[in-house]
Parts: sequence; structure tokens; C-alpha cells
Amino acid sequence: MAMILSLTLNGRQRTDLVPDNLLLVEYLRDMAGLIGTKRGCDGGECGTCTVLVDGVPRHACLTLAARCGGRHVETIEGIGSPGRLSRLQRAFHEKLGTQCGFCTPGMIMAAEALLRRNPNPEEAQIRAALSGNLCRCTGYVKIIESVQAAAGDAP
Amino acid sequence: MSLLPSFELIRAASLAEVAAARRLHADCRLLAGGTDLIANLRHGLGGPAALVDITGLPGMQEIAAEPAGIRIGAGVTLSRLADDPLIRRHFPALAEAAATVAGPTHRASATLGGNLCLDTRCVFYNQSDWWRQSNDFCLKYRGTVCHVAPTGNRCHAAYSGDTAPVLLVLGAQAELGDADGTRRIALNELFREDGAAHLALGAEEMLLSVRLPIEPRLAAGYEKARLRGAIDFPLAGVAVSLRRRDGALDGLRIALTGTNSRPLLLSGCEALIGGPCDAEALRQISKLVQKQVSPMRTTIVPAHYRRRVAAALACRLAARLFSSPATA
Repeated sequence: MAMILSLTLNGRQRTDLVPDNLLLVEYLRDMAGLIGTKRGCDGGECGTCTVLVDGVPRHACLTLAARCGGRHVETIEGIGSPGRLSRLQRAFHEKLGTQCGFCTPGMIMAAEALLRRNPNPEEAQIRAALSGNLCRCTGYVKIIESVQAAAGDAP
Repeated sequence: MSLLPSFELIRAASLAEVAAARRLHADCRLLAGGTDLIANLRHGLGGPAALVDITGLPGMQEIAAEPAGIRIGAGVTLSRLADDPLIRRHFPALAEAAATVAGPTHRASATLGGNLCLDTRCVFYNQSDWWRQSNDFCLKYRGTVCHVAPTGNRCHAAYSGDTAPVLLVLGAQAELGDADGTRRIALNELFREDGAAHLALGAEEMLLSVRLPIEPRLAAGYEKARLRGAIDFPLAGVAVSLRRRDGALDGLRIALTGTNSRPLLLSGCEALIGGPCDAEALRQISKLVQKQVSPMRTTIVPAHYRRRVAAALACRLAARLFSSPATA
């Protein structure tokens, strides 16, 4: 079975015919061509597919695209623009929060949701907000420093 | 080429529509947050012809104060449960337990009903299709032998929901419903000690809500041992509720998860009522736990460790609650 899906993707209205069993991560990467959202563990364990649905972090690998009708979906491509990095992207760049880069889109989306909710988070709150995101380079210290820098309270 | 097996997504707006979908597709599955179901389908664990989205059913998202307590809709998300002021005031242990489930992103969509009805877990079951195929599958799905206990005749997969033990020690009731109406049972009666069929639900029945009585001076808590501190199912999880009167135990309930195919409400705790929660009482609690739990080789951590850690957590929690000001 398939259905007509209408949603707002990174601020733009889109309508597509999607099969009922299409995952949001497949929709984003294969139909919308937004390959910034990564496919990692495919089971909700690594967080690299994290996107925002109505401003709340969601695993795109555990979300059916068909259930996103009428919603606002944001991916890493909607954060900043070419040549104009967002505050989080700039902080990850300058504080070396990005190593191999595979977890970075998910880290930035989870951190983006945190900073919108709480512009001045404590370190413990940053750790809690990113606790569902794995970094396979284990560069967590630099990632947390990057989020602190973006929040404007870096030491 | 899709990652998930093919199915039809049906949105149900009433119990009658859920029943109609179930009659049409006998093997359909109910979908709420989907954080466990979708991951399992991705692993080839089940190939239902339809998923029935139940998040639109009336009353599923409500937390409501009632004369005798609080009613929590099965569709309430775990993150809301962890943050809700009413829950935090009356049942802080439930909020704590909800906050220990998986990671923050899971909790934003995972629901209380989904956590209570969570599929049982096992190292021989939660694997990819080719892994299980190379192992000739298992009794829980597509196979004939339980690799955990090959000479036995039942599946030993472990129940791993974190909210059930807390709800059990708080005296929760479950409201079940189908197209013909609803009924209430003690939450303890929702579960069976069978890893392949651990829910005692009728063919068309589903969990609608949970009701909790407000009991004064009852202190409760939940602790779990897990491999990955940030995101993980419990190797063993323990909930304790107790009251104290004149320096003695006046009410004690202990429930466990992760150790059996169902959440286990410990029996024999009443023998400790009237006495202090001293070293001897803690020894008795440890004995009760170790005697009644039956962890099996369902995780990569040995069963005897999970048995001992369950007992240690129960003792630690009982001692902490007994000396907490909330019970005085």
C-alpha cells in the first residue's frame, strides 16, 4: 500500500507518493536526496539518523515516513546553509567536535533541539540530551565542548 | 527495495476500527511509538500484513486525576511520564523508571503501553534474520527449540520493561478493551511466565490505560543494572515500595524485571512486616529475591550475576527507602 505524504521538509512543502512501509531515513536519503542524515545501526541504538520532527529529536530509522504527514521535518541540510554555518556547525568545526563525521549530523540535530529548548544548558544537561548518540571515534569531550561553545558559555 | 517488510498502515480512531483491522488481518500488530516494533520488524522478527496506528484512539494520551487515584493513558509517552508534574508529585518512582528507559529520543515517542507490552528479549531472538536462520531460528519465532533451555518446552526470553515493576509495587490496575467493551484487572494478571506469549490479552483486546491509587506515606523507587549506562534494557531491574510506622516496616512490595519472562511481584514480603528494616531483614529480602527470580542465559551477562545483582539492588533500595523522610 502507498499514500500521498505532504510534509514540510527543511521549511519547504513537499508532496510524495510513499509506500506505507517506507522509513523516514529511506524517504530522506532515497526520495528527497538528503544524504546528510546517516543510516547507522538501523535499530535506534546509535542516533546518527536523528532528525527533528516538529522540533523534537526522532530516530529516522524507527519512524515511518507515512506518519509524518503535516509535520515539520528538519535534517542537517536545513541547519545553516552553504557557506553560512549555524552556531552549532561552526562550534563543531572550531572545537574539533567532528572527527570522522559520521555521528555529527545526529549530534548536531540532538544538540539543536536542546539549545532551542534551553539556550544555556549545564554540562550534565548536554550529556543527557546527547546520551542517545554514539560517537564511534569516542570524541565525546570535544563534542560537549562544541555544544558549550555554541551555547556561548565555553570556558 | 525497502528496509521493512511490506505492510499496510491502518489508522484506527476507535476500538471498533482496531477490531475491524484485526479481523481483516489476523497477524496485524498495534503501533504506538514504534521504537521496539519497528526495530524488530527491521530484523525480520515478524511480517505482519498490517500495522494499526492506535495513537489516535480517544483518551490514549491523557493523564487524569480521578477520585481514587490517577489514570494514565497507554499512549502517554515516556518522556511526558518522566516530566509530568502530577506523576512526579504522587509517583516519583514511576517518573524515575520512565526516565531510565532507552535514550531521550526513544522516550519522546515510546509510550507507557508499549513499554508494558514490550516484546520479551533474548540473545537468540534479537538478532538479524541471517543470524537466526544460521542458528535454525528459535522457539519464540520460526523455530522449534529454545536455545536457552533446549530440553524445556517453553520460551525463556526475558521481560525487559522498566515501568512494570514500579507499577506493580504501586498497586496498579490495567484497563483493557476491545470492540465489546472494557474491563479492569490487577496489572499483575496481565502477564504470564512464557517468553513467547507473555501477555494475557484476549484475541482482540488491547491495553487502554493504567490506574494508580494514591497511597499516603508510601515510598517507592526503581533501580536497574545495565550494560550501557545511557541506553539499555535492564539486566535486572528492581522496584520497591514500603511504608514505615514506629521504626518498623508497615507494607513492603518488591517487583523485578529482566529476570523472568514476566515482571515478577515477589511473594513472602509480608513476613517482614512489623519488624525493622535491619541487616537481618535485608538478608531475608536477598534470600526471597534469589529464590524466586529465574534469570536464564538470555543476555551476554551470566544468569548468576543477574540473580545476585537483583538481590543487591533490592536490598540497597529497601534500605534507602526505609530511611527516607517520605515514609515517616
